[in-house]
Amino acid sequence: MLIRKAPDLTYADVTPKSVYLNRRKFLEGMGIVGVAAAAGRSFFELAFPERSAFAAMKFAKLAKSPFSTTEKQNSYDDVTHYNNFYEFGTDKSDPARNSKNFDTSNWSISVEGEVAKPRKFTMDEILKLAPLEERIYRHRCVEAWSIVVPWIGFSFSNLVKLVEPTSKAQFVAFQSYYDHKQMPQGKYAGIDFPYVEGLRLDEAMNPLALLCVGMYGESLPPQDGAPVRMVLPWKYGFKSIKSLVKIKFQPKMPPTTWNLAAPSEYGFYSNVNPNVDHPRWSQARERRLGEIFKRPTLMFNGYSDQVASLYNGMDLKKNF
Amino acid sequence: MRALLTSKWTKAVLFLLCLVPFGMLVWRAFHNGLGANPVEFIQLTTGDWTLRFLIFTLCITPFRKVLNLPDLIRFRRMLGLFAFFYVCLHFLTYLGPDQSFDLAAMWKDVAKRPFITVGFLGFLLLLPLAITSTAGWIRRLGGKRWQMLHRAIYFAAVAGVIHYYWKVKSDVRLPVFYGTLVAILLFWRLADWFIKRRPAASTKLSPEHAPANSAQ
Repeated sequence: MLIRKAPDLTYADVTPKSVYLNRRKFLEGMGIVGVAAAAGRSFFELAFPERSAFAAMKFAKLAKSPFSTTEKQNSYDDVTHYNNFYEFGTDKSDPARNSKNFDTSNWSISVEGEVAKPRKFTMDEILKLAPLEERIYRHRCVEAWSIVVPWIGFSFSNLVKLVEPTSKAQFVAFQSYYDHKQMPQGKYAGIDFPYVEGLRLDEAMNPLALLCVGMYGESLPPQDGAPVRMVLPWKYGFKSIKSLVKIKFQPKMPPTTWNLAAPSEYGFYSNVNPNVDHPRWSQARERRLGEIFKRPTLMFNGYSDQVASLYNGMDLKKNF
Repeated sequence: MRALLTSKWTKAVLFLLCLVPFGMLVWRAFHNGLGANPVEFIQLTTGDWTLRFLIFTLCITPFRKVLNLPDLIRFRRMLGLFAFFYVCLHFLTYLGPDQSFDLAAMWKDVAKRPFITVGFLGFLLLLPLAITSTAGWIRRLGGKRWQMLHRAIYFAAVAGVIHYYWKVKSDVRLPVFYGTLVAILLFWRLADWFIKRRPAASTKLSPEHAPANSAQ
């Protein structure tokens, strides 16, 4: 495996996101304004890109991962314009629009609870915590659509080992950032914030569980959970908490947002399972974005070899 | 106002306006504008417009009476048929891309899932209304029976709202909005019917409300 140090740039030390996103168009615009106009952007927009607190960072030469799928990846455009991030609005197109100015500078994750070494991690510390890998995962939403995304990060277990959980730590609770001033649409979501999620400790230690800081070769855009999130490819997408600010190790099973909202519909485990339907729709099949007809959903989203043993002897119909 | 409502051009213009949502979908389809999940986009859009056209249709009778514009009746059939047009597209996205045209699978899904059941029920209710929307069918059925049959639109609209309400995960703002409109339109009818049952009260209230010959 290729081991590389994270780049020396710090997280706050890069181009504003909107300039970055517009860069290609910007270069076109520098040459011939007409090209930019044809691309549907006014010269004003090019000359004065809107201010954005978010900064994008390119990750060079990432290690490859044996967990990566060779399936066709979805386009960056699909993955950044079709999001469930209810803090920024409940329509799939809302997060891209409403998260543009999401301020992720001075980010840190607080790690608390049953650990020998509780501490805070700044973004720069997280980026240097372990060698970054690219992991191309299938991602299956509970709403029966799926995508293939080249995420960037490292196994969450790297962080767990650093903080040394005590013998009382049976579960890990996660919490998302929430600020109603930055996320004014959150009050219409119909669910309570901050968003909380959880895993059993052995699930969290599974190497597939990814602490994710980027995708498509660069840092996460706000609508996909900037600056740092979890990715748990064998579980429904809502388990993969976004914009992570707090991790707590604890003896008890933590409450989880969608389970609190509708306990009969969303369980704590929420493993992808084609044999256990959501009460309101079938989970047997899914629509891969970019395809018209649905394809069969795979047990544990195709990751049985890695994770099935975590659930030996458990009734997955009861523990849905 | 009367000249405007009775002009044949108004009807033609309204017809084209009703086609705009469909035209937008076609335009988007050819301009990469249907988003990351085109099937879902078409499904949600046509579902939305079905409910909207049901509500427009249900608006005709109250607007005729309250605004004293009896000529509005000229547009009711067209609006109702557009509701049917959009519900057909909505149903096709379900039967085709969702169920791969597998009728057996579709029936199982319809029977098993309440939100599908109630949506399908609403669709079935609109079917005889679309078929019997012609002058010939009004004659064949007779005005009273035709009117009775076409009251099924009340149940179709309620089914549509429940279908939408049961479908969303947690943000119920839009289904509640449509539900409120449908509730207002149906309560108006109930109140109107109540007032008409007591003719003394109705004449005292307002003379325009007296003619009871119109359908629905």
